[in-house]
Amino acid sequence: MSAAPAEVQRPEADEVVVPDTPWVTIVWNDPVNLMSYVTYVFQKVFGYAKPRAEKLMLDVHHKGKAVVSSGTRESMERDAEVLHGYGLWATVSHDR
Amino acid sequence: MMAGFRRTLRGVTARFTAGQAGILRNLVGQVADLVGGPGAADAPPAGEPAEPGGGADLPLDVGAIFAMDGPAAPPDDPVLARLLPDAYGDDPEAAGEFRRYTEQDLRSGKVAAARTVLATLPSDGGRVRLSAGDAEAWLRSLNDVRLALGVVLGITEDYEHELGELDPEDPREAYLHVYDWLTFLQETLVRALR
Repeated sequence: MSAAPAEVQRPEADEVVVPDTPWVTIVWNDPVNLMSYVTYVFQKVFGYAKPRAEKLMLDVHHKGKAVVSSGTRESMERDAEVLHGYGLWATVSHDR
Repeated sequence: MMAGFRRTLRGVTARFTAGQAGILRNLVGQVADLVGGPGAADAPPAGEPAEPGGGADLPLDVGAIFAMDGPAAPPDDPVLARLLPDAYGDDPEAAGEFRRYTEQDLRSGKVAAARTVLATLPSDGGRVRLSAGDAEAWLRSLNDVRLALGVVLGITEDYEHELGELDPEDPREAYLHVYDWLTFLQETLVRALR
């Protein structure tokens, strides 16, 4: 029995960007969403481990936005839809 | 004031005064009506807003805070625009296409989360005990209410500082205290779910 449920690790965004699928989901900073909540959402939606989710949250907070996932256009639209369900301000983009 | 949410062996739990429950039910219901259309919350009347739980001195028309937008708000309503954002910032055509396929589900999800809050929060207050699924709905719904208030009140990242220096006569004062309370409530809920 493990002490904690295993976290599903997605590859780093940079690793999955290939020329055929240059689509990304971007989360933008806003003054309402809590840092703890945004971290929670990244863990929940993407299965990212807490350190990675926190780093992305801090990127959003300090840089104004962050690429949170990449892949096909269809899967990025699914990600954006889920993030909108959590109230995060997410967009899909072709160029990084 | 309240202690917020905490985790127990039987789920996350918090206590609400009747005043706090009335304010929260009112705001959650308004967001549901705004997103899903009038009656979407399908909730019994929240009763008088009543006295708040020892914090802000709220005006009795707390229910009117979103009224400027009307229940049948146009798509360019700023609160709705924040709750149902464009998925393409620089491509209106793609944004419209995405919206056509996703907006109804997004609206339904937000209304469902609001209904969960209304179904689990007694209008006369008391202890709320949430399953994991209900807690997730609360988290989303509290966030939607904060996003809506954030637009109406013009919340910035510096709002706590502004709140401290606010003119007591400022009409936003009571609502800023409600926003501050909801922020605290959501923060304790996120922590309880960790």
